[in-house]
Parts: sequence; structure tokens; C-alpha cells
Amino acid sequence: MHSLLEVESISKSFGDLTANNDISFSVSEGEIVAVLGENGAGKTTLMNIIFGHYLPDSGSIKFKGEKIPVGNTRAAINLGIGMVHQHFTLAENLSVLENIAIGNQSLLGFSIDFKQIEHKITKISGEFGLAVDPRAIISDLSIGEKQRVEIIKTLFGDCELVILDEPTASLTPQEVDQLFLIIRSMVKVGLGVIIISHKLDEILRISDRIIVLRNGKLTGSMDKANFDKSILAEMIVGKKTERPEKNKGKKTEKLMELIGLNISSNVGSPMGLSDINFELFGGEIHGIAGVSGNGQRTFAEVMAGHIRPDSGDLLINGKRIKKITPRAFMDEGVAYIPEDRTSDGVVGELSILDNGVLTETKNPKIANRFGFLNKKSSIKFVGEICEENDVRFQSLSQPTRLLSGGNIQKLLIGRWLKRNPEIIIACQPTRGLDEGAIVSVQKLLLEERDKGKAVLFITEDLDELLLVSDVISIMFDGKLMGPYNYDKLEKREIGLMMTGSGIL
Amino acid sequence: MIIEFLELFVNAGFWAATVRIACPLLLATLGELICERAGVLNLGIEGIMTAGAMVGWTAVYLGADLSLGIIFAALIGAIFGLIHAGFTVHLGASQHVTGIGITLLAASISYFAFRLILPTSTTPPKIKAFEPIEILYLSDIPFLGPIFFQQTFFTYLAFLAVPIVIWFLNRSPFGLAVKMAGENPMALEAQGINVLRIRTIAVMIGSALMAVGGAYLTMSAFNAFYFGMINGRGWIAVALVIFAAWKPERAILGALLFAGLDAYQVRAQQLAGAVIPYQFFLMLPYVLSIAAMVFAAKSTRYPKALLIPFRRGERH
Repeated sequence: MHSLLEVESISKSFGDLTANNDISFSVSEGEIVAVLGENGAGKTTLMNIIFGHYLPDSGSIKFKGEKIPVGNTRAAINLGIGMVHQHFTLAENLSVLENIAIGNQSLLGFSIDFKQIEHKITKISGEFGLAVDPRAIISDLSIGEKQRVEIIKTLFGDCELVILDEPTASLTPQEVDQLFLIIRSMVKVGLGVIIISHKLDEILRISDRIIVLRNGKLTGSMDKANFDKSILAEMIVGKKTERPEKNKGKKTEKLMELIGLNISSNVGSPMGLSDINFELFGGEIHGIAGVSGNGQRTFAEVMAGHIRPDSGDLLINGKRIKKITPRAFMDEGVAYIPEDRTSDGVVGELSILDNGVLTETKNPKIANRFGFLNKKSSIKFVGEICEENDVRFQSLSQPTRLLSGGNIQKLLIGRWLKRNPEIIIACQPTRGLDEGAIVSVQKLLLEERDKGKAVLFITEDLDELLLVSDVISIMFDGKLMGPYNYDKLEKREIGLMMTGSGIL
Repeated sequence: MIIEFLELFVNAGFWAATVRIACPLLLATLGELICERAGVLNLGIEGIMTAGAMVGWTAVYLGADLSLGIIFAALIGAIFGLIHAGFTVHLGASQHVTGIGITLLAASISYFAFRLILPTSTTPPKIKAFEPIEILYLSDIPFLGPIFFQQTFFTYLAFLAVPIVIWFLNRSPFGLAVKMAGENPMALEAQGINVLRIRTIAVMIGSALMAVGGAYLTMSAFNAFYFGMINGRGWIAVALVIFAAWKPERAILGALLFAGLDAYQVRAQQLAGAVIPYQFFLMLPYVLSIAAMVFAAKSTRYPKALLIPFRRGERH
């Protein structure tokens, strides 16, 4: 096997953060190398350096034995390096054809030969099993199809090394199987593949060699013959983290109920909901599975009083709610952990102190009857939130955006818990957090459940869903299937239902 | 009475005027459309049109050829476009604020320069502008002839710009890059194409078109330069881009609709001047434009990256 790529002691920092620290590794022809690590371990930064998006602070990269210029994407592409980004780099309002054409044209040309491009796309599709309609508009495609377009786009430039950044992040288990077949067909013709992921099980299935990054450093490397899951897991997180233990909650009375709820989906707005009948009980975590974009966010927002349904009833503690505002729901004891915590949960530019009392402007302990906040009691209040929930910070007056995702989430949840809510609506509460923070968020939710609270738990991660939930429903295309008991479901069945193909 | 109002529509003069009035709007709308498809709102349009009107007219007044006048107008437009792009594309400044600033700057400089060139004149002098060209045989067709085939070269040019822009955006590689810059700049970046350069050039091309639109007024319509002569046409063009749903083929529809209303109100004023105050008719095109916008804009989709500055090497 010929060596394809050699990365030699690459370092890169953003301000105080060292994203990559002296990293070296190599990839050969026909080899699948996996780069494993938690979020923020520096995997994507490293790939962006190889592909020329970022300039490294030091180090060099060799491709087929020759040094390549750093920080030059065009040069990397011309040499034969291709990258499929985690967030698709496709223009949604253009066709597959146009999206692929742009990288393979002189910009000063007179007219694009779409026929010839379509011909080549069909050829690549056939060769690697990448079925896609070249004339389709990107916004009409599913996530899996968009990814295939990205891969075709990469292969179109006759590349020899393909970098796949978190390619399985938003795929269903079936789509993952399909993707792995495609990857195998790529290495069969001699391409080198780098696959980035934080999902250990998948990586063990597909790769020939694994390298592990942690906090920007290379912590280990392992060949297929020696793959050992527990050693790798330790390389990833450093120390062993204990996942919360699974025990069943004690179901109490019905706290919230939706009857025949409908929301139409307009152009440009998120997915609507159709005919939702749903019950949420105290002492239970009700998990909602689904590929994102199938209405989960709308569902959470309805339950938090942010959206008024077109029709249907919403009952809290058996009482029909007429006034649908976030404030009214808060007063009924509903807490809402939004999907996008940095834009819907906290105000990044404001201090931790301000964010901590943001929902408490009517709390008589903090604000007087004229609406002025009492600084002393605010500091005490927010200090308690941070202490009780292990929010780590330098100063209460620092801008909240400087906190890590996990600390922002803990601050947010802590603020809600201070109100002693009966119902907690958690939309993707662990997304983008590191292992330690994920565990503490999961533990917090389980503790609340054990106190008899009702928890709605929306997640895309099936392992987490099965670990935390007592009952599970599956959302697809704005419709809800379930509830099912967690121990009655196989991961595979959930996967099928997530794609709408296996309604039980 | 009602019959008389309806009769205006079968008058070839009304339709010919509609075609003429549509030209500056059409050029300006196409210009704004190119800028916005690249992701840059250009509110400098009103001032850039003023500058184009002034420069085109002055060039001809000082002895340049008419077609050279158009080229000068386009150049001044491209220069102001470069300034706009410098602030909004390269420095990531607010596109609204910069655009208003460009409008004030370009209009003021134009008036100032005009005063410098013609310090004393009170009645603006006229130039020998583009003459109507009668196209052989076609201009003799009754009714349609005067409307479509007895117009000036500049008018034909304005309408020719539509298929050229359609081709540019849909067939040429550069046009494709422009569309991507306005939809998802990362798609260009990932292909190793310089987003900032694409946006800058698009804004310059768009601004040149706007300026040529302004020059139409002084070189093919009024044949002189007045203060405040653009009179909100730039703002109308910004609205027409939305009406056109960012598609050049629909821009022609919007420009003709507004121009038709404008041509109609002038004639309706004369008919009903005694009964209905003329201000009512002056208002008409704007009110109906707003109504049309409400219906047209309801289902349209903005270029996703419009108003969002792109910074290279940043985490997205």
C-alpha cells in the first residue's frame, strides 16, 4: 500500500484554546482511518487544516510524498483531496447539477455544459451506488440524499483522499448501513478515506485503523486487529465516566394531555403537526425519537406555550388551557429547555447574573413591586443555581457566551428548577455537550423524575433515548407513533419507524 | 366617464409610455437583483442612479458619444458598488446603514459636481439624446409598431438586458457562483472559491446596471439633469426585486406593471382633474404596488445568506 497522506506535527490554536497540539498521522491508499474524539476534541479543526480551510500555526502536510501548500483549499482539491462537511455545503435553492458544477468550471467560462456534467454524475452514481436525481432541487432531498450529493461532489473532482466529517450524525441506522457500503466501494478502487466520528460502535464496524484525539492531542492509535472498545472509550474521555443507571420511574397521575392537536406547516416554517394525541405522566420520562426536522421542535414549542395550535386541546392537570403564552405555561409549572440553548435559552452577551434572573423578574424575592431588581438577592439567587448544579464560571459578571455548552445548559436547567416545575420539556438537552456534561444533564432529569415530575425528552441519539426514557414515542412527518415501553422496543425497530417505513 | 377611463388602455401612446417608463426601473431592478442574489442588499441604489444620471448626461454634454456616456455611467456605478462592497463584504458592516450612506454620498457628490460644472444655469440645458429608431417594416404594424418598434436604442438595450441577466444567472459559471454566494457561501468556500471576490464583483456589476438605469432618465427620457430626478425609483426597484421573487424573468413583469400604473395615472389625471384631486392619481401606482407586493411576496423565498456577512476561516 502506498502512503497517501502524511500529517506532521500540526498545531493550531484559536485565541487561548489549543484546538490541535502537535498531531501526526498518515493514511494509505485503500485504507479507512477513523478519527475519534468528543465534541471539541479538535477533529474538525484538523480536517479543516488538511483541506486548507484553516492555516495551521505549525507543522506540514504531505500528499503522495510531496509537501502541499497549507491554507489553500483550491490547491488541496486540485491535488485530489476532497471533503464532505458535517454541515452540508449545498445551496438549497439550486439543483444537484448546479451544486456539483460550480467546483469544476473556470468561473470565466461562457456557458456551463450541464449535459456533460450530468453524464459524469450518472457514471459516478453507478460506480459507487450513489443514487440521486441530478435535476432535483436540493431542498427537496432527504438528509441521506443530500449527503450522497456531497459525496458525488467530492468524487467528481477525481479525488484520491475523501474526508468525511461526522457523516452519520443525522442518519437513521438504515442510512448508515447504506453509507458504509458506499465507503467500502470507494476504498475498493484505491481511494483513501478519513472518517470523523464520536460514535464508537459505528467506527469499529467500518475502519481499518483508529486514531483518537482528546483536548486537541493525539491520545492513541489502534489497528483493526487490536480493536478494543473499552480501551478506546478510555482514550476518548480520559477517565471513565459513569453513565446513570437504568431504573424504572414510578408513574403517578397525568399532568399534561394533548387531544387532537393540529398545526399546519407553512412555507418556510418548521414542520407542522397532525392529529397529535399525547399524555405525559408524573414520575415518568417520555422520550421522543425521530430524525430532526420531523416536527419535534414544533411539538416541544407547543407544549411550552410558544406556539398556538390550529386546533385541538391542551390540558395541564386536567384543566384546559386557553391562554397560550410562554408566561402562562410557566405559571402552570412548565419548564422548557429549548433545542438551541444559545439563541433561545440565554442571551450570550449578557452576564451570568443577568441570565440567571431573566425569568425571575416577577419573583418578589428578586424584584420589588416597581419591577426593580435587587442586586444582592439576585447574586444570592444565581450563586445558588450555580452551586446546586455545578455551573463552573470565573465571575458572575462575565458574558454567558464564554461558558462552555455544558455549563450554559446547567445554568439554564438550574434556573428552571428554581421555579420547582411540575413538567419539564427538554428538547435535545444534551446535543453538542461533552461526555461529562451529558451525564450530569441526564442525571438531573432522572432526579427530577424520581421527585415525581413529568419529563418530555426529545433526542436524536437512540442510545441515550433508550437509556433515559421510561416510555418512548416516535415522531415522523409531524405524526406521533406510540407510546411504547422502552423495554419492548429494539433499536432497529425505532430506526425503521423514524423513517416512516415500519409503523407497528 | 368610465368608458373614457377604459379607453386609455387601447391607446398606443399609453402603452409606448409604459415601455419607456419601465426601462430605468427594469435596469435598476436587475442591478439590485444581482446584488441580492449574491447576498448583499444594496440600498445605495437611489444615490447610484443619481450618479449614473449625472455622469452619463455630463459626459455627453461635454462632448462624448452617447454610447460612451452609458459606459461612463456604468463605471461610476461600479465604483460606488466597490465602495459598498468594501464596507459590507470585506468589513462585514451593516448593509442597511452602508447602503443609506452610499445613497446620501453618491447623490450629494452628483449635485455638487453638477453645480461645479454648471455654476450659473437656472434652467438645466438639454443634450441631444437618443432618438427613436424605427425598425424596418415592424414599426409599421398598427398599434404594436409604435409600442415596440419605434423606441430609442437605450430602450431596446434595457429590454435586452433581461435575457442577458437570465443567461448570466442560469447558464454562466460566474452567475452560478453569484447565486451560491447568496444562498450558502460555505458551498463556494468548500470548493476553494473566494466568496468575498464573487460578492464584490457581483455588487459592482449590479451597481453598474443601476447607474445605467439612472442614465436612461437623462439620456433617453428628460434629456437633462435635475435635482431629485430619481424621485424614489431606486426604492421602487428594491421593492420590485421582492415582487420578482429574485428572478430576472419576473422583474420585467414588475417593472411594466409599475410603469403602466404610472403612465395611466398621468392620463387619468387629465381626464378627471376637476372631479378627483390629482394627488389621488399620483398615489395610485404606489398603493397598487404595495398591494401587489403583499400578494407576490407572501410565498417568496429570500436568498438564505442575504444580509449575512461571510468571514473566512471562522467557525460556522
